[in-house]
Amino acid sequence: MENILEVKGLKTSFYTPSGVVPAVGGVSFQLKKGSVLGIVGESGSGKSVTAYSILQILTPPGRIDSGSVKFNGQELVGLSEKEMRKIRGNKISIIFQDPMTSLNPVFTIGNQLIETILLHTSRTKVEAHKRALEMLSMVGINDPERRMHQYPYELSGGMRQRVMIAMALVCEPEILIADEPTTALDVTIQAQILELMTELQHRLGMAIILITHDLGVVAGMCDEVIVMYAGHLVERGAASQIFYQPKHEYTKGLMRSIPRIEKDEKERLIPISGTPVDMLLLPKGCAFAPRCERAMKICLEEKPQEYWINGYNHLASCWRNVKEGTLAPEVPGKRPMIQLKEESV
Amino acid sequence: MTQTPLLQVKGLKQYFNISTGLFRSTHLKAVDDVSFDINAGETLGLVGESGCGKTTVGRSLMHLYLPTAGEVIFDGEKLAPGPVLDSFRRRAQMVFQDPYSSLNPRMTVGDIVAEPIDVHKLYQSKKERNNRVAELLDLVGLSSEQATRYAHEFSGGQRQRIGIARALASRPEFIVCDEPVSALDVSIQAQVINMLEDLQARLGLTYLFIAHDLSVVKHISNRIAVMYLGRIVEMASSVDLHRNPLHPYTRSLLSAVPVPDPDKARELKRIILKGDVPSPLKVPSGCAFRTRCPDAIPACADSCPLLREVSPGHSVSCIRIPVTGA
Repeated sequence: MENILEVKGLKTSFYTPSGVVPAVGGVSFQLKKGSVLGIVGESGSGKSVTAYSILQILTPPGRIDSGSVKFNGQELVGLSEKEMRKIRGNKISIIFQDPMTSLNPVFTIGNQLIETILLHTSRTKVEAHKRALEMLSMVGINDPERRMHQYPYELSGGMRQRVMIAMALVCEPEILIADEPTTALDVTIQAQILELMTELQHRLGMAIILITHDLGVVAGMCDEVIVMYAGHLVERGAASQIFYQPKHEYTKGLMRSIPRIEKDEKERLIPISGTPVDMLLLPKGCAFAPRCERAMKICLEEKPQEYWINGYNHLASCWRNVKEGTLAPEVPGKRPMIQLKEESV
Repeated sequence: MTQTPLLQVKGLKQYFNISTGLFRSTHLKAVDDVSFDINAGETLGLVGESGCGKTTVGRSLMHLYLPTAGEVIFDGEKLAPGPVLDSFRRRAQMVFQDPYSSLNPRMTVGDIVAEPIDVHKLYQSKKERNNRVAELLDLVGLSSEQATRYAHEFSGGQRQRIGIARALASRPEFIVCDEPVSALDVSIQAQVINMLEDLQARLGLTYLFIAHDLSVVKHISNRIAVMYLGRIVEMASSVDLHRNPLHPYTRSLLSAVPVPDPDKARELKRIILKGDVPSPLKVPSGCAFRTRCPDAIPACADSCPLLREVSPGHSVSCIRIPVTGA
């Protein structure tokens, strides 16, 4: 399948008064047409900033330092604001975590939907009204005519998220970025929204980048998964590879630390020790090394390189894969293999 | 097992007055006729969606609000304002959801942790107080040097540890944990859950564990009560509830939980509920769940189903579930 989005060496930093925060430190991945890619990681791991960088909607102290984002072969980094506007909402759309703060409280749902349609298409007001009604019924809102006249506060959280999805899909984008779309919702409503997203994805054939911290949501939805830690991509692969054969110590730790509802017998959780990394004081070597149980000497001294495992679709940047993996070719500054001794620290 | 439960809640009701106009007001029935027991040393999980009244149950049984009706019996004594409540307030504590807003930013960690023992005057000398603070910080995996620092210097997981140390300060027997891990990252969640389990084993604590995350509740609880719109709809042992959920709400709730296993997630048959939870101001007549229930029959609208035991240790409030077993 062809790639619709190619991200290469993306670096985004926030220039704050207390120092430079390298929120995304060189991330590369591809998104296949019509597929669902999950980005998982803890708060502060850079998953949302990655998405915002793709759309260039970063807030001021943050900016893209380097890297490339290619959409259908077209380079997006460096485009003018005017040109980016043609991409945003038309070709790539985004929905956010909190549907209350992303809708304007002083305008009706209809007003906001119609505004979006008028802005992005050449429809007349009457046609836009018709299209808005169509979109609302497509996302499963009953009595759309009445809802058009309501304000965001009159809708429940699940309803608001449906409105956001309707708004994002007005132009039938090729990529939908969903940034924690169900985190603020209850489980039964979450199930409704995820089902809706899957159904719309099949119907419209769009690709989805699903950003979440919930491994359960990822398991049910995604074809491919990226795991991020401290601004770096630590592992990337098909969902089954990430869940059944994780190769990075952080991914393994995550899998062990979640309580499993499907298991009958109670097992003690194995947490990841330590506290999340301070982005202003990133360690010299692997960012996860201070919390890693299997850290070796080299982990503390040198950043791990990306290794391909079992062919070319599973990638992990962990020194533990030196023996079985092959060095990923696209890593800049490729060095000869270093002979490693397994020395625990 | 005929031990007397440590805590008994009988017919607890908590209504709030909501003004609907200049001279009009109506009741919001946040908790409506809730009864349960918690035995010493066990963990009762309380789950439900936002707005179902699970937090209010925790707060009103702690008498942070004066309950509208019903009684709470702790260790054989009925709670009422006066000496009984004063001693209960020492023997029962709470851990809150948000480790950011539940710690006073102007107090040092040492003072935060010592607050319960200050209030209840549980020490003779200043030295004893400071030793107790050091002991408590050590108990939750923080170092005693950190007592002079302020809450903002700590990460979310560490703050929750401070909140737990504070709850343990007065040597309570019973702790209400109100969503203690839902604000934390997954890798930190497991640390705190394990710590709560260790503390329970070591200090013989009894927990009421309130959360919306069913995987977490199942992991930590011995028994689970499921709430919907202010009422308990099902109560059973943790294993029983997951193997054999009876109430249609419990079944759909369990089926909606995302399973972190791609193969299983694909096989899973979900029962997806239609619509949203009705407003607690307009609770449907009869069974509150009937408007979303896939199995509802006309009789469901007639009367509010009572929570009844259908098999040993398994209670459910649904008229369509027959009584089995003894």
